[in-house]
Amino acid sequence: MAGRSVVIIGAGQAGSDTAAALRAQGFTGSITLVGDERHPPYQRPPLSKGYLTGATLREDLLLRPETFYPAQDIELLCGDEAVGLDREIRSVTLRSGRELRYDTLVLATGARPRRLPVPGADLPGVLTLRGADDSDTLRARLADGGRTLDLAVVGAGFIGLELAATARKLGHRVTVVEALPRALQRALSPEMSAHLSTEHQRRGVRLLLRREVTELLAGATGEVRALRLNDGELVPADLVVVGIGVLPNVDLAVGAGLAVGDGILVDEHLRTSDPDIHAIGDCARFPSPHAGRPVRLESVQNATDQARTVAAAVCGAGEPYTAVPWFWSEQYELRLQIAGLTAGHDQAVVAGDVEQGRFSVFCFREGRLTGVESLNRAADHGISRRLLAAGTDLTPEQVARPGFDLKHLARQAT
Amino acid sequence: MAKITYKHPDGTETVVDVPAPNTVMRGAKINNIVGIEAQCGGSAQCGTCHVYVDETCGVALPEMHEDEDEVLYGTASPRRDSSRLSCQLRITDDALDGLVVHLPERQS
Ligand SMILES: Cc1cc2nc3c(=O)[nH]c(=O)nc-3n(C[C@H](O)[C@H](O)[C@H](O)COP(=O)(O)OP(=O)(O)OC[C@H]3O[C@@H](n4cnc5c(N)ncnc54)[C@H](O)[C@@H]3O)c2cc1C
Ligand code: FES
Repeated sequence: MAGRSVVIIGAGQAGSDTAAALRAQGFTGSITLVGDERHPPYQRPPLSKGYLTGATLREDLLLRPETFYPAQDIELLCGDEAVGLDREIRSVTLRSGRELRYDTLVLATGARPRRLPVPGADLPGVLTLRGADDSDTLRARLADGGRTLDLAVVGAGFIGLELAATARKLGHRVTVVEALPRALQRALSPEMSAHLSTEHQRRGVRLLLRREVTELLAGATGEVRALRLNDGELVPADLVVVGIGVLPNVDLAVGAGLAVGDGILVDEHLRTSDPDIHAIGDCARFPSPHAGRPVRLESVQNATDQARTVAAAVCGAGEPYTAVPWFWSEQYELRLQIAGLTAGHDQAVVAGDVEQGRFSVFCFREGRLTGVESLNRAADHGISRRLLAAGTDLTPEQVARPGFDLKHLARQAT
Repeated sequence: MAKITYKHPDGTETVVDVPAPNTVMRGAKINNIVGIEAQCGGSAQCGTCHVYVDETCGVALPEMHEDEDEVLYGTASPRRDSSRLSCQLRITDDALDGLVVHLPERQS
């Protein structure tokens, strides 16, 4: 292991965690972590939540203090970008001109926001939210002299809705436009998405479903002023945030001839089509035993657990990646947590108190539990994760029984 | 600043000085202490920063919030009376100095 070199491209959640996990697991070779952002690795989840309101401090945004990297003998290169990959000689070229030789390369390049493919999408005042710089810009605009703004959010996904919640908390007028028939359609059960939609509307968000933006219009200053929708409605907007999903950053992989298809394709050990190169996090498509097919997951859990799997592989342990996926979102005081994968379920059973906004939706496919969405029911979430990891035999009938309580079940099991 | 002792399942321990206003979880992250994952970054969502507080160290702890209590039901290693989420244990000028925590076998 000594003398070997690992180069990690992308200094986000997955990249930073790989470097840390390598050292924690005893790797003694050289580690170089390259990130094109000028910030040391930080967490993204607060960018649409507490960081916008000031509740999360900048220091707390960092995954690790800056001193961590030199202390762990990790070379961190911020503000540089990998622009070339030569697999023959195992070398990465950076924008600065530097060349890095590797024995193992880890691609952890993440993803970038999709652009809205309509006229006016590049007007000033049209923003996306992926990095700390984006969040800083947005935060400054939302604070804008205490003025109440018309904020239009395109896309009712997690980022769009979290942002809508934060902007409402700050007192702005918020309209969310979504092309699909319901909010979070791709991510959540109809039961949970209906509940969240109602909660947003109750707090004054104007939620426009089945509507598409066809054009963004500028005002007298040249800044965006309104959205035109496909039914002709004009939605006023001082500021537009586009949250319509992301595209994986695969350019390096494509350039080097690695297998790619909406993400860098990897096997169950997170190896690309070149065994010396791994890909992890938002940029990688991997075979998931929980989905039963290759998927690309955009979550902290996935980034950090994959980082540890790759670190273990480099250190000689060859475990396949099988971690139970999980995700969380915070909107107002609503704490949503998802254990497992709920897409493609054919049966959903709701347990808990829907009226009070404390409930879980248990999702089954062919009678097997595949995922659980919990709202303000953290105990259900944690226990579900354990059950899914252990391969549970929880049935829909059990969940539907009056008085069903997962806490009770967990206590019996231990 | 507080002196915090992290005891590992194999019997070894790591003792570090953690500056305020970090949490016991951040103290572990700063020092790359294996055994604290803290996937949610401290927002009491994940339960992967679970610790058992050593009751003999005599350090007074902050009250447990309901969210923390809920999350502790789902930890990977069994919950005990001494279980806490280390991200909810914040080091202030005079609190938590001398705290000793035991790291569980597994966090996820
Ligand atoms: C606003 C927001 C809120 C979120 N909220 C949640 C949440 O509540 N819960 C949750 O589980 N997940 C959440 N996520 C998702 C989570 O943050 C991501 O899944 C996670 O960050 C993925 O980690 P990653 O390392 O794969 O990618 P990233 O964190 O995106 O890191 C990739 C890094 O690589 C850099 N890079 C790309 N190409 C190159 C190159 N050629 N050279 C050098 N550097 C390069 C990128 O600039 C970036 O810094 C959120 C994401 C966002 C944007
Ligand atoms: S860090 Fe997630 S619960 Fe403490």
